[in-house]
Amino acid sequence: MTKGAPQLSFTVSLTGKEDAVRIGLAEAMALLAPLELDADEAGTVELVLAEALNNIVEHALAATDGDTAIQIHAKHGPNGLQVAIIDEGVPMPLGKAPDGNAPTLDVETLDMPEGGFGWFMIHSLAQQVQYQRVGESNHLNLLLAVGL
Amino acid sequence: MELTSSKEPQVQIVTVQEQRIDASVALSFKDRMREITEGEKDTVVLDLNHVQFIDSSGLGAIVAAMKILSPERKLILAGLTPTVDKVFKLTRMDSVFGVFSTVEAALKDLKG
Repeated sequence: MTKGAPQLSFTVSLTGKEDAVRIGLAEAMALLAPLELDADEAGTVELVLAEALNNIVEHALAATDGDTAIQIHAKHGPNGLQVAIIDEGVPMPLGKAPDGNAPTLDVETLDMPEGGFGWFMIHSLAQQVQYQRVGESNHLNLLLAVGL
Repeated sequence: MELTSSKEPQVQIVTVQEQRIDASVALSFKDRMREITEGEKDTVVLDLNHVQFIDSSGLGAIVAAMKILSPERKLILAGLTPTVDKVFKLTRMDSVFGVFSTVEAALKDLKG
């Protein structure tokens, strides 16, 4: 049973430059306010969006020097929050989203991994993760089981 | 990236005076941590109580800080707020670092 909010739907646009991610993320989080997510669910959404956006800026848009836009389309329904993140950057290698296996921590301190957690976090926190190349765009579709 | 430092017997407390350690400031955090801890010998307690959010880049920067201090000095974490705690638990990094709810609790543990 959804909470009393009317069906929520919005689009946020941001440039592909690193500082824009903070602003775009804050805008998206503010637009989610009507869902009245508790702090834990809001944290989940913010983490997934941050990781996805960082990944796009780092990889898909690196070659374009951040001169293209990223769009976040969000829609809330009975299954939770559906998010489509669309960019015009280079395709994902292998034509699908990385599986996101976390790097092992069973190593000496000096070999402790500093990266490689992003996709692991996305897969852990999202119910569904799906990537599609549509024409010249990358579409990352996520379902977050929040606000149910 | 604002970090402040204070001294206790045999401990350096570094407090992050920012709300976010994310991709846009991760490198700056790493550099500032290196600067502020340079030339000291003590265990570092990193007080994160002002930090409301870290992403995987922020986590990586904290790991990098630990590695810079290693092996002579330990990095201990205190004051993890809920979303920050979520990231450490999800990635199991809470088993790699000593984690305390407050600086006081960390200091007490170090004395004991």
